[in-house]
Amino acid sequence: MSDLIHRAILPLGQRRKVLSLARVGKIFNGNVTALRDMSLAVHEGDFISLLGPSGCGKSTALRLIAGLSNPTAGRILWEGGQTRDDLGVVFQEPTLMPWATVAQNVYLPFRLRGKTYPQVRAEVEEALSLVGLSAFLNAYPRELSGGMKMRVSIARALVTNPRLILMDEPFAALDEITRHKLNTDLLALKSKIGCTVIFVTHSVFESVFLSDRIVVMAARPGRVIEEVLVTAPYPRNEAFRTSAEYAAHCQITSRALHAAMGEAA
Amino acid sequence: MTVLTAAEAQVDAEEARRARALRIDGIAKWVLPLLVFVIVVIAWDRTVVWNKIPHYILPGPGLVMQTLVKDWPMLFSALLVTLQITLMALAVAVIGGVGLAILFNQSRFAEMSFYPYAVILQVTPVVSIAPLIFIYVDNRTVGLLLCAWIVAFFPILANTTLGLNSTDHNLRDMFRIYGATRWQRLRYLQLPSALPYFLGGLRIAGGLSLIGAIVAEYVAGTGGIGSGLAFRILEAGYRLNIPRMFAALLLIAASGVVIFAGLSFLSHMLLRKWHESAVKRET
Repeated sequence: MSDLIHRAILPLGQRRKVLSLARVGKIFNGNVTALRDMSLAVHEGDFISLLGPSGCGKSTALRLIAGLSNPTAGRILWEGGQTRDDLGVVFQEPTLMPWATVAQNVYLPFRLRGKTYPQVRAEVEEALSLVGLSAFLNAYPRELSGGMKMRVSIARALVTNPRLILMDEPFAALDEITRHKLNTDLLALKSKIGCTVIFVTHSVFESVFLSDRIVVMAARPGRVIEEVLVTAPYPRNEAFRTSAEYAAHCQITSRALHAAMGEAA
Repeated sequence: MTVLTAAEAQVDAEEARRARALRIDGIAKWVLPLLVFVIVVIAWDRTVVWNKIPHYILPGPGLVMQTLVKDWPMLFSALLVTLQITLMALAVAVIGGVGLAILFNQSRFAEMSFYPYAVILQVTPVVSIAPLIFIYVDNRTVGLLLCAWIVAFFPILANTTLGLNSTDHNLRDMFRIYGATRWQRLRYLQLPSALPYFLGGLRIAGGLSLIGAIVAEYVAGTGGIGSGLAFRILEAGYRLNIPRMFAALLLIAASGVVIFAGLSFLSHMLLRKWHESAVKRET
């Protein structure tokens, strides 16, 4: 059991901080407030979901953290001098290069850092075996199913062993059965390698199943309404989906989300 | 049980019907054009024979083939000259078109400055520029090359530019997050994305460079040793040697087909592993 006890279960004080957002805001074109006053502390081993209706700024927050745009207010602080170089990202689409094989796609983050393939072959193959695609090293993306493409995308995000992985509604376009499978696999993966994840979703069920903290957000202007702690311990499996604990957390989260949407309307 | 078997049999019959239709399609694709060819040649031949048309007005297909064999040494060397100009023009069009596309993509100011002139060069008919070119350019080969290049480079420039700008925006974000340099983005993202577009442009440019070479030869007009097929056609026309005109025309058309087929094959080989256009779907 002891090796299964995850960093996320340690008390907050014993885990190192990765990143903090201090009253971060983003205004587009001088008048559209996409995000206002968002504060968030991310610790090692956290699995944080940003949950909210469209237009609540959850994807904007992710883009700000990824460094794809700059906040117009507040600050984003990487602890210990870490920068966005130490990031893995998974988008809603698998975002693979169609002309490259699965292995070459996963090799991309290393290639852009000037590493040759032989130098990192072991890491690439390990990442692909973690997502169960060892047999598909030389396949092209078009030969894979939607779920498998997403697994490649996840392998690429974790191949560099980043301190933080950002996921922007990665499973939203998949069918329910595949989504459940990938949810379970993602948690198994997380307990194996102990990564830190910020996960954007609009599904209450998905966020409760996956995260230990849910940041509920509201739209117009995008802002944080409430943080829900999911106290159920990891590892979680399919049985958790039918537990009373799960149902209770879904209810709490749903209520928070409805409050957020009611307020916005 | 019987119901299931009946359903299976029906599926099998349908499968068989589909397979048969596919097989017939495959054969018809080759047989039908051949059939049309044979009918046209026979009709041509009979028209000439029955109407007793003299060969200086319309030669029969047999005479054209005889002339092709008889004049082969002269026509073949002329073909080589024309093909040489065509392929050189295509090569220069590829280098110029892709080079300009990359330059335009990397520098907006370069694009703003020069793109309008590329368009002007494209929309001005080459026959109207060619006489000027041959006044100012002494070397005949260079003049021919320049004319053919003007016709051929634009589809490559336009298509490659489109391709370089058509990268997936999520992939672009991904490259930014991983701190890709401009060069890395060009090399690993934009150039591969542009490849199918470039190959589309290349196939058009292949035909156009042949047209450009022929038109330029017509305008250049001077003959003698080292002149191409177009000049041989002009020359044969002056001498009312109609069979030779047909034979030369045949060679030009065949070259055009071979160039197109070659470039299509190249395109297929480069894209077959990943691009939608080259993927065969199961029905």
